[in-house]
Amino acid sequence: MIIDTNVYVSRWPFRRLHGDEIPELIAKLRSHDVSQAWTGSFDGVLHEDVAAVNEQLAESCRTLGQGLLIPFGTVNPTLPDWQEDLRRCQENHKMPGIRLHPSYHGYTLDDQRFFDLLRQAVERKMVVQLALNMEDERTQHPLLRVSEVDTAPILRLLPNLPGLRLVIQNRKRKPSGKLLGRLSYHGEVYFDFAMLEGVGGISKFIEEIPGDRVLFGSYYPLFYFESALLKVKESELSKAQRDAIFNGNARLLLEP
Amino acid sequence: MIWDLHVHFSNFKGRTPHEKMANAVKFADRMGIERFMLYLGFPPHPEDPTPEGLTKINNQVLEALQHWHHRAFGFVYLNPNHLEFSLKEFDRCVRDGPMVGVKLWIARKCNTPELDPIVERAASTNAVIFQHTWVKVTGNRPGECSPSEFAELAARHPAIPIICGHTGGDWEHGIRAVRAHKNVSIGIAGSDPTNGFVETAVRELGPERIIYGSDAGGRSFASQLAKVQGANISDEAKKLILGENLKRMLAPILKRKGIEA
Ligand SMILES: [Zn+2]
Repeated sequence: MIIDTNVYVSRWPFRRLHGDEIPELIAKLRSHDVSQAWTGSFDGVLHEDVAAVNEQLAESCRTLGQGLLIPFGTVNPTLPDWQEDLRRCQENHKMPGIRLHPSYHGYTLDDQRFFDLLRQAVERKMVVQLALNMEDERTQHPLLRVSEVDTAPILRLLPNLPGLRLVIQNRKRKPSGKLLGRLSYHGEVYFDFAMLEGVGGISKFIEEIPGDRVLFGSYYPLFYFESALLKVKESELSKAQRDAIFNGNARLLLEP
Repeated sequence: MIWDLHVHFSNFKGRTPHEKMANAVKFADRMGIERFMLYLGFPPHPEDPTPEGLTKINNQVLEALQHWHHRAFGFVYLNPNHLEFSLKEFDRCVRDGPMVGVKLWIARKCNTPELDPIVERAASTNAVIFQHTWVKVTGNRPGECSPSEFAELAARHPAIPIICGHTGGDWEHGIRAVRAHKNVSIGIAGSDPTNGFVETAVRELGPERIIYGSDAGGRSFASQLAKVQGANISDEAKKLILGENLKRMLAPILKRKGIEA
């Protein structure tokens, strides 16, 4: 059984995808024994009216999700009154967390508004997912290029945000080294491995960060679902490690 | 049957070619990969190697093949900036040695005429020709050719089969650039496992012109296998892409060398 923490619905702006209609998405996830999918909306990347995006996301998950899709709304802290978006995500849409796209929303992580958003998420006990990349920088649309999110500023924020549960999604090579170690030991910071590369990548990753901080994330339907699945197979892991990655870590993270 | 077109020593533990191969084979076994093509020596890989550099690199691959010739084949790394030497190195490693293909990377733009003698020499022994391509919105390296530049080379040699490495990375661009050149097959290794890559390639090129490879150990076998195993295509097409196409391409040179595989 798998809890997939990195799934999207609606449309990727640059390509139609097999799985971008919810019934085929659900069929794919079910065929691989996914019992829960933390689901954001591609529309949250470029649409300005994120309130409408979140409403549509919640509605889609409720009516078409067959109990499998858990909505994670997006909040853009550069927009006026983003606080109301956050409130609606929790109070109206019953979302357990939010998913942020700082590169496309045009702010860096040392922005005061980002800190304020994290603080309010902590007060509301919401999980915060942070997408570092959406696509290889080398293959982006020439008129819509963004850089990988720099995570270095998070380290300075962590001491002032006790209780923050942060999930870093689509990490490629950074953060790495000392920063990676500090992030995972000085705060409750989790990582998925949708964009992790290198042979036996997961086994190497859990030499650098605690094994209970790794979450299964496929980034389906932009990536082939099988990529994440086969990465678990490729790494030499104990049954306990595999179970923790497939679902145990994510379940504990969402428990109140 | 899975054959992998694109493997390097990178990221596999070990101090010697033999130790690195033992590790590579361990991972290949986990993922069901029967054979893989090995090229370039220990990292870091020089972009414009000297003749001495090429010899050292190719010797590492030759050493790796000594114990592992039943699991891997070697491609000789050549540099068109040292053309005379490269032709000799081809003879040493392929014509008179155990290697079965040629790897060309980013030392020189592949549409320049210096590539022609290499392509012709390779074809004279049925060696498989692999040319790296990428098209980066962030900018290519100076000698790094795009799939469109690669297509110029392919057009000059319409009777010689030739592989477009990485399909340009931006595969929507790459597939289009080589589509009209029937002698071109694409290598799908070394890019993100973006949903739709292999389906699009099957639609535009047909399954016979698509070859699975990983670019492991820099990439995982997993993410690259997923491009085929996760694709919405027929099982027959998957078999072709995962191994049969490459095996068919290698058949003439393997026969010439008396290698059964
Ligand atoms: Zn490579």
